[in-house]
Amino acid sequence: MNKTARINRINRLYDRLFAAAGLLATLVGLAVLLVLLMDVLFDGASRLNYQFLTSYPSRKPEEAGILSAWVGTVWVMALTGLIAFPLGVAAATYLEEYGRKSRLNEFIEINIANLAGVPSIIYGLLGLELFVRLLGLQRSVLAGALTLTLVVLPVVIISTREALRAVPQSIREASYALGADKWQTVREQVIPAAMPGIMSGVILAMSRAIGESAPLITIGALTYIAFLPTSPISTEFPFISLKGLFEDFTVLPIQIFNWVSRPQKGFSENSAAGIIVLLAIALFMNGLAIFLRRRFAKRVRW
Amino acid sequence: MARRVTRKGLRRAKVKLIEGALFLSALFSVLVTAGIVAVLFFETAEFFKEVPILDFLTDSQWTPLFADKHFGILSLFAGTFLTTAIAMAVALPIGLISAIYLSEYASLGVRSTIKPALEVLAAVPTVVYGYFALLFVTPLLQRLIPDLSGFNSLSPGIVMGIMIIPIVSSLSEDAMHAIPMSLREGALALGATRFQVATRVVLPGALSGVAASFILGISRAVGETMVVAIAAGQQPRLTLNPLVPIETVTAYIVQVSLGDTPTGTIEFKTIFAAGMSLFVVTFVLNIFSYLLKRRFREVYE
Repeated sequence: MNKTARINRINRLYDRLFAAAGLLATLVGLAVLLVLLMDVLFDGASRLNYQFLTSYPSRKPEEAGILSAWVGTVWVMALTGLIAFPLGVAAATYLEEYGRKSRLNEFIEINIANLAGVPSIIYGLLGLELFVRLLGLQRSVLAGALTLTLVVLPVVIISTREALRAVPQSIREASYALGADKWQTVREQVIPAAMPGIMSGVILAMSRAIGESAPLITIGALTYIAFLPTSPISTEFPFISLKGLFEDFTVLPIQIFNWVSRPQKGFSENSAAGIIVLLAIALFMNGLAIFLRRRFAKRVRW
Repeated sequence: MARRVTRKGLRRAKVKLIEGALFLSALFSVLVTAGIVAVLFFETAEFFKEVPILDFLTDSQWTPLFADKHFGILSLFAGTFLTTAIAMAVALPIGLISAIYLSEYASLGVRSTIKPALEVLAAVPTVVYGYFALLFVTPLLQRLIPDLSGFNSLSPGIVMGIMIIPIVSSLSEDAMHAIPMSLREGALALGATRFQVATRVVLPGALSGVAASFILGISRAVGETMVVAIAAGQQPRLTLNPLVPIETVTAYIVQVSLGDTPTGTIEFKTIFAAGMSLFVVTFVLNIFSYLLKRRFREVYE
């Protein structure tokens, strides 16, 4: 009797110890994140001013800025979104709404799951050979955006499928009952109902892509750019220009990488300031995605 | 009547056309994989025309950028292995304990606050973690270990491990969550503590799912690029010493890409040979993880 009581006590002690260890382990990551944010703010906040946002990179750290980097990031991200969104949603729609259980479809599914796990630098090698060399796009904005499209596409497809799957069958059946065909049902009912979920997934994918530098370095994106791509809108005829797509570019994470690699203290301060900007954008997008998902989950109950 | 038939036919053609277009979009992903394999295979074949495979696999030095060229991929994989092992020594225990806590101990309120917060960890760009490893963690560690050089595998390994915790913990937790409540209730009714339920009922049941998350974590660490490119150095060497500069497969690809290496040269081909090796390793890991996950799903869903 006494022995059982002792064993019970020891077991309960283990239980409590583990609960404490578990909480600690869960908080380690968050604690590190906090330290990281403080470190970056401490190092970079003093460099963050108007001049920093509106200057080109320079050999003198105090004159350097991230103008070409953030404009390049906006260009590449906008283009990536424009290509990846329709392509990803179309692929997900096929797999979720049209695809029957066949060998081929199962193969496509395994393939997408596998693509999501391919290191992003491998996409860089594909982009280098395919877009930069074979299609002759050189190291342009377009080549960069196409490469990043390949990186984010599996994520967009997977999250879109989840959003489509969450739309209840009864919505589709109601639509068919009213005489709509498959495409009408998908276009008018299913996709609009899944839209918040789709958007949340796409924004999440883009918030990852914005911090990607390895594949862009691999296709040869430059680290020193002292000009901006030609603006897509001009005051002269024909008012729209696609020239910018074919010009050299750099992006924020590459600029940061370039500055981190230099020994002078001024440059590491610059990289910290660049990181503040990059983190602000990435975390904002991430927050927006989580907000959309939550609101959607709360408001609509099937 | 005839008009109605053609309109119906038109509509049917349109439906077929749309389905075809959607199918092509889905098929596009297969083309991407084919493209990756083709590009890597082609350039690697070119590479092996100049470098014997045996040298590639057994030479202990990797110096394609020097006058005295050696092409032993092992010294790059030694760097990858070292950083990955250190990252996993951090991510696996912490991720697993955290998963058990979130799945078996945490209240619903704690779970729903902490999980999105952990997701933020995954949203931080890797170049930021590289900065953190080089300029914060390394100087910090140097106070404890004076022998630690400015570039090393220890510091980026640890930082990578922290970065991977959310992957391991979230996927392991999903697996544990799928274990039916009745199993837990049975054990609790027999007088087991939550700890005993977690380690003797839930964990064994979720094992293949947990293993899948571990393998995915390893695959992520092997393919991680910017953290090691920034903080681990550019000196390929066959070592298990975590205190000295090394170079990983991924960091080597970055190093060559930054320089202006003309296409067609042997230096240029080396990045595809290195990429091919990397792709094969992560591919095997990913497939293994996928199969484990699927087996787990077959048991419980």
